Amino acid sequence: MEWTPIWLSLKLAAITTIILLILSIPLAYWLSRRSSLFKVFIEAILTMPLVLPPSVLGFYLLISFSPNGFPGHWLQEHFNLSLVFSFQGLVLASVIYSLPFMVSPLKSALAHLPLSLTEASYTMGKSKLETFFRVQLPNIQSSLWTAIVLTFAHTLGEFGVVLMIGGRLEGSTKVASIAIYDAVDNNQYHEANLYSMVLFAITFVIVILVFIFNRNAARGPLE
Amino acid sequence: MIDIEIYKKIKTYQGVKELVVKDKIPQGSVTKVYGPSGAGKTTFLRMIAGLVSPERGRIKAGDQLWFDAAVKLNLSPQERRAGFVFQDYALFPNMTAMEHLRYATADQPLIERLLQIGKMEAFAGHKPQQLSGGQQQRLAILRALALRPKLLLMDEAFSALDDELREELITDLKVILKEFEASTIIVSHHAQETLGFADRSLKIE
Repeated sequence: MEWTPIWLSLKLAAITTIILLILSIPLAYWLSRRSSLFKVFIEAILTMPLVLPPSVLGFYLLISFSPNGFPGHWLQEHFNLSLVFSFQGLVLASVIYSLPFMVSPLKSALAHLPLSLTEASYTMGKSKLETFFRVQLPNIQSSLWTAIVLTFAHTLGEFGVVLMIGGRLEGSTKVASIAIYDAVDNNQYHEANLYSMVLFAITFVIVILVFIFNRNAARGPLE
Repeated sequence: MIDIEIYKKIKTYQGVKELVVKDKIPQGSVTKVYGPSGAGKTTFLRMIAGLVSPERGRIKAGDQLWFDAAVKLNLSPQERRAGFVFQDYALFPNMTAMEHLRYATADQPLIERLLQIGKMEAFAGHKPQQLSGGQQQRLAILRALALRPKLLLMDEAFSALDDELREELITDLKVILKEFEASTIIVSHHAQETLGFADRSLKIE
């Protein structure tokens, strides 16, 4: 069994999770505040990857970022960057694909915090930023862990999108889920089983850790 | 002196009505606000704190203008820094009692004194969920006081305290509020609760 696909999967999941964490916190904060038709529209777009067949998303990403598509052509021309069949392309696709898994739990947790908590902080002279980092964010900690785990696990298990935009290049885009498929395709059931067991073990350990971390929370981490 | 003249449309079970409050609150006084449920007592406190904006009118605290619809002036809650005791306490679940007070002030002697007034010394390291209802309510009052506010707004702030505890707290509150030269507005449903605390009253209906 090659370990490279496992490492690639872990690297992809870790990078995607970090990028999404940075993007999603301000996004979730914005979405959790007073709702408007524009926000509903944006939220619907952000939720699309949740319901869209991964191959559809992957197909459009492939078309957009191929040298013939406008974004792909522009990136190629200005930055000499090609996102199709590359690890960077996988990161971009994963960020889009896993976005709702990070944003939704954070937005929902922020929206459910009693308004009086932030108001109390404001009357104490604290800015919105300080209130966010010292009152709001610490009080949605269990949802934050849930979002991180869901995003990481979801990226780890990606198949359709990754196959579409990344193909299966050894060492750069052939992640564990594709290695499993390839192994089965070549009748190497033993190898497929090894990859599967490693993925199973990794995800199980992560989920256990979150349950241990959140065991004192009133609600379970996945509620 | 706090000079208040505000107009605000509020929704009640009888339909939309206009809340009108005009009052001059003398420096250092304790004003009890009373009136039927849904009359807008909490909204009135929130408008003074800057959490809700009136449609018309003005609010002047001392020589500082907080709100004036005519010149579109509306100071933020941060700029007004009124001590606010929320009806649901609004305690931060992530902070201990001590951390609540430290979030409000860096004045450690004041913190010690407040903990003593609220009989909370033994619970300084406890988070809200480990406190009883009465302790939570006291902590909410102490946190508001830790700001050394010139104006203290209390929404049903004694409802979870028994008579003996409330009377003791009122005695200490009066001393510290006098020291801060603070004026107080307290919303209460029960006349008994503010006995010996409020020295004037304002009816909202």
